[in-house]
Amino acid sequence: MTDSMPATPEEVRRRAAATDRQRRRQARPVSRQWRRRGLMALYIVFVLLPIYWLLNMSFQSNTEILGGLTLWPENFTVEHYTKIFTEASWYMGYVNSLGYVLMNMLISIVVALPAAYAFSRYQFIGDKHLFFWLLTNLMAPPAVFLLPYFQLYYTVGLFDTHFAVALAHCLFNIPLAVWILEGFMSGVPKEIDETAFIDGYSFPRFFIKIFIPMISSGIGVTLFFLFMFSWVELLLASTLTATEAQPIASVMTQTKGASGIDWGALAAAGVLTILPGIVVVYFVRHHIAKGFALGRT
Amino acid sequence: MNNKVRDNRAWWLILPMLLLVSFSAIIPLMTVVNYSVQDVFDANTRFFTGTEWFEVMLNDPALQVALLRQFAFSLTVLAIEVPLGIGIALLMPKRGWQASAVLILVTLPLLIPWNVVGSIWQIFTRGDIGLMGWSLRELGYSYNITSSPVDAWATIVIMDVWHWTPLIALLCYSGLRSIPEAYYQAARIDRASTWSIFRYIQLPKLTNVLVIGVLLRFMHSFMIYAEPFVLTGGGPGNSTTFLSQSLTTMAIGQQDLGPSAAFSLIYFLIILLVCWVFYTAIMNMQKDNNNPEA
Repeated sequence: MTDSMPATPEEVRRRAAATDRQRRRQARPVSRQWRRRGLMALYIVFVLLPIYWLLNMSFQSNTEILGGLTLWPENFTVEHYTKIFTEASWYMGYVNSLGYVLMNMLISIVVALPAAYAFSRYQFIGDKHLFFWLLTNLMAPPAVFLLPYFQLYYTVGLFDTHFAVALAHCLFNIPLAVWILEGFMSGVPKEIDETAFIDGYSFPRFFIKIFIPMISSGIGVTLFFLFMFSWVELLLASTLTATEAQPIASVMTQTKGASGIDWGALAAAGVLTILPGIVVVYFVRHHIAKGFALGRT
Repeated sequence: MNNKVRDNRAWWLILPMLLLVSFSAIIPLMTVVNYSVQDVFDANTRFFTGTEWFEVMLNDPALQVALLRQFAFSLTVLAIEVPLGIGIALLMPKRGWQASAVLILVTLPLLIPWNVVGSIWQIFTRGDIGLMGWSLRELGYSYNITSSPVDAWATIVIMDVWHWTPLIALLCYSGLRSIPEAYYQAARIDRASTWSIFRYIQLPKLTNVLVIGVLLRFMHSFMIYAEPFVLTGGGPGNSTTFLSQSLTTMAIGQQDLGPSAAFSLIYFLIILLVCWVFYTAIMNMQKDNNNPEA
């Protein structure tokens, strides 16, 4: 049949369609699709396995944890979570951490927005050097500033306050915010600014009413990064606080008691530090796909 | 973008940011510089020593080893994370609910506090109660991060790959998303192979995001502190003591103000030098992008 000459136009079309289908099948074999999914699933398992283990331990009693390896909690218990939510020394750690993180996000974004606008729209004396200097702060290892920060904040009376940590995290978060926002702002055509000014908008009104809504996904991504880097930082946060503003990271070191480490409480506290991150990433999930390139693709 | 307006009033927009960052950056930095040229005994007794501390620090064999170890670590994790991150980005689904779900799952490790990352892996790799440590032992490998430097090193590298590959993957994923569908259609018409699509369409588009990714990864791996500190405490011996930890021990633990300040400055200058090279690279690339005919 395949060798015979086609007799009718329908036959020609039918055969052409069949060859085309076959060619397409050869070009994108189903097995390749499944291999892609398989590899992706493998990576997801690699990401989730350590987290699952933490979750698993947080629901076990300490005797079960130390009694032997169990792949899932056999005597399901929430005692560690109850402990964290009822003891002030524990839950205040979360409140303190969230407090300085939010404070830092607010300060950083408010001062970074106009600065990023200046860098993306104007040429002025020393702009390139200033921008480079900003980026160098992003590279400064927190360990370098540990002792001077301690002395500085102690001298000005800010030691052991949320504000001290929020201010200290500005060291790397403001340059980061300026850098990310500058990328997004440079993607907005300059003609929009000019048109708005011709239409009689004042600078502050234009900035708030027109410009900020235009780069809202950029701001979303920036806030995500600010949250991320302030939330995960431990060295400065724990050095600049003692009791009043102690972050959850240093509270967790208390689990090393006289009778060894309280593994269950450590695991439960760890699980609870992951939750705010999940909430934040859920809110920005639509912007991540494009915005993660920081406006620089 | 060469159509910027020349206007020095832009400084007013920068001023608040400048004041805040200066407070956090310049005052502490000058304190460090101040300490680095003095020998401080107590609040009232101090001597000017010039560059002596710098010479001592640069000739300290323990720090030279720590520096080499730091470079080895940074290069190792970059060599693993960059290709792996690109691979993951290519595998990630592009639309539908799977895309959102995978995005959230992949981002997860980035949002865990660094010391908790250490704790997670400490629990995960313990021989008695950790899944990975226990499994390796059951398989007959005497895995022990507290006595074997090789195991400790491998574990820290795996932990860093687990922690930071998502950053490279997400950067690349968003870079890939910016490629117009027409490019792929043209490639299909030309019957381009998967490899040549990657080499001539996807990789060039990824250059910009990859520079950012490599820059961020180099910086953070060079400053790594909390994760190895919690997981191995720098041990066994000094085999996983990286620069930040040496510095913290010297500055806070031993209160050697002069030497640790000199060390801080050397440390900072190394990162700065690498950063400058990257920055120049980014600038040149942007220049090329702005003059496509060149």
